[in-house]
Amino acid sequence: MAPDSGGVVRRELIDGCTAIVRGALDAGCDFFAGYPITPASTILGMMVRQMPSSGGVAVQGEDEIASIGMCIGAVSAGARAMTATSGPGMSLYSENIGLAVMSEIPLVVVDVQRLGPATGGPTATAQGDTQFVRWGTSGGYPIIALAPASLPDCYHLTVRAFEMAERFRCPVFLVTDKELGLTLNTVETADMEPRPAPARPAPDATGPPYRFSPAGGVPPLRTFGSGEVVRFTGSSHDERAFITKEPATIEALNRHLAAKIEDHIDEISIVDVDTDPGASTLIVSYGVAAGAAGLAASALRQQGRRVSSAVVKSLWPLPEAALAAAAAGVERIVVPELNLGQYRREIERLLPAVEIRGVNRVDGCLIAPSEIVEAA
Amino acid sequence: MTVVTPLGSYRNERPYPFCPGCGHSTILDALNQALVRRRIDPASVVIVSDIGCSGLSDEYFATSAFHGLHGRSITYATGVKLAHPDLEVVVIMGDGGAGIGGAHLISAARRNIGITLIVMNNLNFGMTGGQHSVTTPRGSITASTPFGNLERPLDICGTAAVNGAGYVWRGTSFDDDLPDRLADAIGFEGFALLDVWELCTAYFVRRNRFSRRDLVSTLDDLGFATGIIQNRPEVPEFAAACRAAAATQPPLPQPRAVTPTYQACLDRPFTLLLAGAAGGRVRTAGRLLATAAILSGLYAAQSDDYPVTVRTGYSVTTLSLSPKPVVLAGAPEPDAVLLLSPEGAAKLTRTLRELDSSAVVLTLPGLATLPTPATVIILEPPEKPRLSKSDRALAGAAAALELLNLFPPQALVAAVTAEGAFAGQLEAVAAGAAMGAAAKA
Repeated sequence: MAPDSGGVVRRELIDGCTAIVRGALDAGCDFFAGYPITPASTILGMMVRQMPSSGGVAVQGEDEIASIGMCIGAVSAGARAMTATSGPGMSLYSENIGLAVMSEIPLVVVDVQRLGPATGGPTATAQGDTQFVRWGTSGGYPIIALAPASLPDCYHLTVRAFEMAERFRCPVFLVTDKELGLTLNTVETADMEPRPAPARPAPDATGPPYRFSPAGGVPPLRTFGSGEVVRFTGSSHDERAFITKEPATIEALNRHLAAKIEDHIDEISIVDVDTDPGASTLIVSYGVAAGAAGLAASALRQQGRRVSSAVVKSLWPLPEAALAAAAAGVERIVVPELNLGQYRREIERLLPAVEIRGVNRVDGCLIAPSEIVEAA
Repeated sequence: MTVVTPLGSYRNERPYPFCPGCGHSTILDALNQALVRRRIDPASVVIVSDIGCSGLSDEYFATSAFHGLHGRSITYATGVKLAHPDLEVVVIMGDGGAGIGGAHLISAARRNIGITLIVMNNLNFGMTGGQHSVTTPRGSITASTPFGNLERPLDICGTAAVNGAGYVWRGTSFDDDLPDRLADAIGFEGFALLDVWELCTAYFVRRNRFSRRDLVSTLDDLGFATGIIQNRPEVPEFAAACRAAAATQPPLPQPRAVTPTYQACLDRPFTLLLAGAAGGRVRTAGRLLATAAILSGLYAAQSDDYPVTVRTGYSVTTLSLSPKPVVLAGAPEPDAVLLLSPEGAAKLTRTLRELDSSAVVLTLPGLATLPTPATVIILEPPEKPRLSKSDRALAGAAAALELLNLFPPQALVAAVTAEGAFAGQLEAVAAGAAMGAAAKA
């Protein structure tokens, strides 16, 4: 039992969506727009009920495109915004995700995954959007995605998502799933102590809205209503947000969009490692599958096996250094996931000399620890 | 609106890029005149531009601007206005944007959101080579209708007006009162739409021998009204209405943390299924049991399953109880099943057949002949008080606590009481406890 500061154990029965909403409101989220979809509707419903008391606005858009569009507009006018959906809605978000990337709009997008493709299984769980969130818009630019593996993660990583969105001026995805999002579970109140809302980097009083040099730099966001003229654009542009066809400027813009994230992977990287220096097997997991991975690691150790575990909380950009360190000396890596091996291919690319084994389910059910034990 | 630094002109130094004879320049000049007349701080004017030739418009103004995606400009403008109602938001889109963003246009009208929408309506897609749009007149030759357009043109103004837009005007780029009407629209609290018909000299004029006179005759032929079509300043503006409505809403009660005060008997993970019917308060019973378990120092997780048509059919709740934190993994083998209705029993037919022989099935009379290797215990409901359908789940939960030795039944009474029990709940718990005790005996 983990007592709080008063020495009293306090526990709550909540679901992941509730923890996400709490995290968002504590992070200072004051704008939410979403469209009903199972299993993410809980977030819309709670936001509409809870946002007014903290002075913000939460609305239902006429569709997913309008919902994310309103969020983007609200951010440009100074709001901290979040939207939430599931696979079909993510498909409709695609073009606007590109706009948020290009116009450097900080935004938190929650994907409560369900079984796909298409309508798929609204009440069946999956991790089928792992690569979709990474490559979910045209052009092929990096994004940041965080994946909670527990209720406290749902809370804390939501706050982190807002911090990172503003730090890097980009959309940040919070990728969870139906099971974590909708299953009520017991959480120690002490593990979800309220975090302070992240401080906003102060923008330059004047100066252009965008800056491409240094490539990895991130100019603080200036928004409408600040008293200065501000411009945003989704077209290839110069630093003053005017459309340009000048190759050197476009090159600088596009390199900047990549470098501002890729130059800071260590800062973004969140990987919980439980390493045994003599391990021959490493289990790499993320999201809801990390539950089974943890139980499997314990079971294997009880059998006398030397096993390490790495739970990836920052799915994208791939935390290469942390994963390579966790894999040092192992003979095989087991990657359990609720898809046909979407993250496994990243591990194969990163560590070509190591044997990689997938444990995969696409039947809407959770992976059992015994399946991982068998593969290890 | 605080007037800070009104300008003699809201245009910047950049020359327009539009084709000779294109109506866009005239419309933007009229917008400039309207802004000058309104004397608004240029930083507080947000021009939200769409895609197409009209989408270039924001670059010729010394105001704030957002240049977004095709057809979605209304959505960004709505977000801007909702987040910062003091800003003056002007959307400029073409007839193409009005088509692909039709749902947004109708929604903006229905909401009466306080933005100004200028549709630069030149009857075709100019930037992409002159394809037909939603406003192309019947019979017109375009790049995508070489034999003449077969679709009826959309009445943008009629659609917006009938769907609640506060201010609606239609005319042409040649109309002398365009700057006045733009000034009206900018000063209007709610949604103000100006559908400005104009000439695309690059494509539509050339392919259709179309002139200024044809703009007017086409409007007449279609029976499309011109001038001020709607002016209803009394309709509430959405951004203000949103905040006003929200201010009346009480804060949502938050889930309460509980401190364990009872001592659980359970020393291993235990899975209990509650299977009943829609309307039987199965999920509520599950949540109260889970809370009672937490009050007893256990960890609890609850997962619900029911059909999409929520008021009919089965309702199954899976409760995972454990002295250790519950990890979501695999499909736990049920240790006990509480059957409350035929719908629940039918849903669990396979589960019941595959139960371990050490499992226990608690069931009501009439549901007892289910094929299962588990031990079946029949709970006899009391004669009085009669258990209503909606009390059965909670009563069954109380009975289960008497029989399964999980944690003290008093914890369930405490959980029910702490929730502010409504009439009958505590009686249902008492009746269930008696039912369980009788079955035990």
